[in-house]
Amino acid sequence: MNHNVVVVGGNRTPFAKAGGPLREASNHDLLTAALDGLVARHGLAGVRLGEVAGGAVLKHSKDFNLTREAVLSSALSPLTPACDLQQACATGLETTMYIANKIALGQLDAGIAAGVDSTSDAPIAVSDGLRRILLAAQAAKTPAARLKALARIRPSHLAPQAPSVAEPRTGLSMGEHQALTGARWSVTREEQDEIAAESHRKLAAAWQEGFFDDLVTPYLGLAKDAILRPDTTVEKLSALRPVFGGPEGTMTAGNSTALSDGAAAVLLASETWAKERGLPMLARIVDAEIAAVDHPGGDDLLLGPVAATGRLLARQGLEVSDFALVEIHEAFASTVVSTLKAWADEEYCRSLGLDGAIGELDRDRLNVTGSSLAVGHPFAATGARLVPTLAKLLHEKGPGSKGLISVCAAGGQGLVAILEAV
Amino acid sequence: MSVLEKAFHSPVGRKVAARAGLAEPPVLRRGRTYPGGALVLAQIGEATLGARTLDVLGRPYEAPVLDGGEDVTPGYGDRIGAVVIDATEVTRIDQLEHVRAVLRPAVRGLEGSGRVVILARPAGGDWEQRAVARALDGIDRTVAKELRRGATSNLVRVEEGATPADVASTLEFLLQGRSAFVDGQTWAVGHAPSVAGISERPLDGRIVVVTGAARGIGAAIARTLARDGAEIVAVDVPAAGESLAAVANEVGGTALQLDITAPDAGARIAGLVASRGARIHGVVHNAGITRDKMLANTDQSRWASVLQVNLAAQMRMNEVLLDPAVDGGVAEGGRIVGIASTSGLAGNKGQTNYAASKAGVAGLVEAMAPDLASRAITANAVAPGFIETDMTAKIPFVQREVFRRSNSLSQGGSPVDVAETIGYLLDPASQGVTGQVIRVCGQNLVGA
Repeated sequence: MNHNVVVVGGNRTPFAKAGGPLREASNHDLLTAALDGLVARHGLAGVRLGEVAGGAVLKHSKDFNLTREAVLSSALSPLTPACDLQQACATGLETTMYIANKIALGQLDAGIAAGVDSTSDAPIAVSDGLRRILLAAQAAKTPAARLKALARIRPSHLAPQAPSVAEPRTGLSMGEHQALTGARWSVTREEQDEIAAESHRKLAAAWQEGFFDDLVTPYLGLAKDAILRPDTTVEKLSALRPVFGGPEGTMTAGNSTALSDGAAAVLLASETWAKERGLPMLARIVDAEIAAVDHPGGDDLLLGPVAATGRLLARQGLEVSDFALVEIHEAFASTVVSTLKAWADEEYCRSLGLDGAIGELDRDRLNVTGSSLAVGHPFAATGARLVPTLAKLLHEKGPGSKGLISVCAAGGQGLVAILEAV
Repeated sequence: MSVLEKAFHSPVGRKVAARAGLAEPPVLRRGRTYPGGALVLAQIGEATLGARTLDVLGRPYEAPVLDGGEDVTPGYGDRIGAVVIDATEVTRIDQLEHVRAVLRPAVRGLEGSGRVVILARPAGGDWEQRAVARALDGIDRTVAKELRRGATSNLVRVEEGATPADVASTLEFLLQGRSAFVDGQTWAVGHAPSVAGISERPLDGRIVVVTGAARGIGAAIARTLARDGAEIVAVDVPAAGESLAAVANEVGGTALQLDITAPDAGARIAGLVASRGARIHGVVHNAGITRDKMLANTDQSRWASVLQVNLAAQMRMNEVLLDPAVDGGVAEGGRIVGIASTSGLAGNKGQTNYAASKAGVAGLVEAMAPDLASRAITANAVAPGFIETDMTAKIPFVQREVFRRSNSLSQGGSPVDVAETIGYLLDPASQGVTGQVIRVCGQNLVGA
């Protein structure tokens, strides 16, 4: 990379469960709020930034230019261009890399990467049958023909179709896929509930000590993450019934992420730009790698990041132990457990084309301020939540501290990135 | 709005209220505007300070019409905008007659939102001189009460040695609409070794920290100071972050979500400013809370929280920010402004904790001022009276209407009135104003 790219800071709305306190906010509203908080925190009102990249996984067709429209609603200069990107749950990390790469190449000196999702405001589509009838009615040449076409509408046509979270090629939901993976990697209920309880405990502690005071801006009267349950325990979680994997399954609503509403944004800049403006430089974006698995062919849907991690570490000549902190997105507690087991599995790693096992992770370095199980997971926002969180944590550890972010995504994909404290 | 309040503001209600003597309050002149009518300067004895100060401000002035005991009181043809009485050489009781002779025609001819400004000396000298100094105070306060249609009267004690350059910002403030809700007040202006000139944007490029900036008076302070050129660091508790961000973005400033009672609050602010390679020009300690209860019902926690937020926190922050060794602290020639309250100065039922904290603020700036003088840092406070905010809007309507009208301007003040007074204190031209507590209360009946 020609130019050093630094994470200046971040901002997000508090995250909340679908239908919860943020239910009235659209993707546009949430993304605008995340941008405005970021602009205010860094004194950028009226400033023309190089570019803003954002995206949402569940998007209304009218929001084809979601990010640009949010920029126009925000306090940024209206001369700030923007684009929409989408890579399922890795969107927020992919927008980060898109902006970072442009800065590295000297095409931008500063930009914002963002992601947003509202599962409360998910686009509801009409059925294919109704769509055909409406098109026929529109094409009809006479009123009589139009009436005749419309008369074909039946009550069943009017049932709205909510967006499906099933993988198109397997027909299985993400949870069902992870249940297969969990069984294959012998992930126990106890391991999952422990991860979930830890996530809540660590997130509660981070809020308590004010860690998020410069990472989150309240929105619609909500000042803290609404999914967080500070008093949850392994005992309480163990009482929940399984929701994936049948009656004998181990995955529950407690150790799976909830459908969430929220938005997050990261301010990225060249070192020069940040210095000129007297803005903080938390961490440098070092490198990233993306990978995919053949899940229609039977691979584990959410273990895409494993190959990406192996290749990235090999390219950078780094070991797992070189990382002071690691953030593995908690799509499900089971995903985290199976990912770590896969990292340590010589045979599996070789099957991915790696030279050997990636290594064992010291769990004390993992998700130290909690992750998606407790925070929530508005799909596209998660990557843009993780980047500033990790950058701030690394900065507190001191210059040179390295951190790894691993995010799994639908379609069997995985995106992994390395940050290093400035 | 309650049914009663709606009825009061209906056309019929207004008529009934007017009959009952509750006339519509005058609309006050505000902002960086001088009076429309002529400016009259009365120089008593050999006094020249007023004339030279108006020259500094570039304001033309006319000679006064004097009441010489004729059968018909002489008057001004057109309404006049302001009368400045230079009483800096008034030391004898018989000279007060001259003040009367100037004021009688002037108060009759003063326009709406007109101004009476008396320049005097601090109490000193022989017995008669000291008595006269207090007499002028009495005249000012009474004239303020008698003036109508939003006109105000204030008295400035100009210390010996103070130059027209020292007095200019104060006279400018008092003549302009910025002092709309400052009435019947007295404060002192001294001499400063070096004082900046008068400017339309006196805070250009200067960093000012405003705590409690998310709403109400704090937001108005941020807006007004930004208008005067300041780069605002807007501070408020994390929970108020949404409106804080809106204010910061509106004024092109920076939002800092911070609980000012945190031990590292001062260091966090300094750190942010230091990262820009800058120092702070002014700190406005506006953040404050109320936990009202009669003293008989005031427990330890209500007492502690109010004193912590309103007084102890700003003392701790000052200690850090005023340490010359701290990067990003207050610069030489900087400004500290505290927010006291008329409740603190006069006492207010149900507010022992609040009154203690706010009177404490007044004491704090008076104590700090002499200690900071060598670094040209001033410390002052403003004491708002009844100001129209979301907080006071919660007071029941009848009680609120009584509060509004119990001052010489028959209305509540606007947050901007408090903000403008703070802007005046932050002005580099106000170097000679330090250790003062200025009430922004429309001469509230409560208090001194």
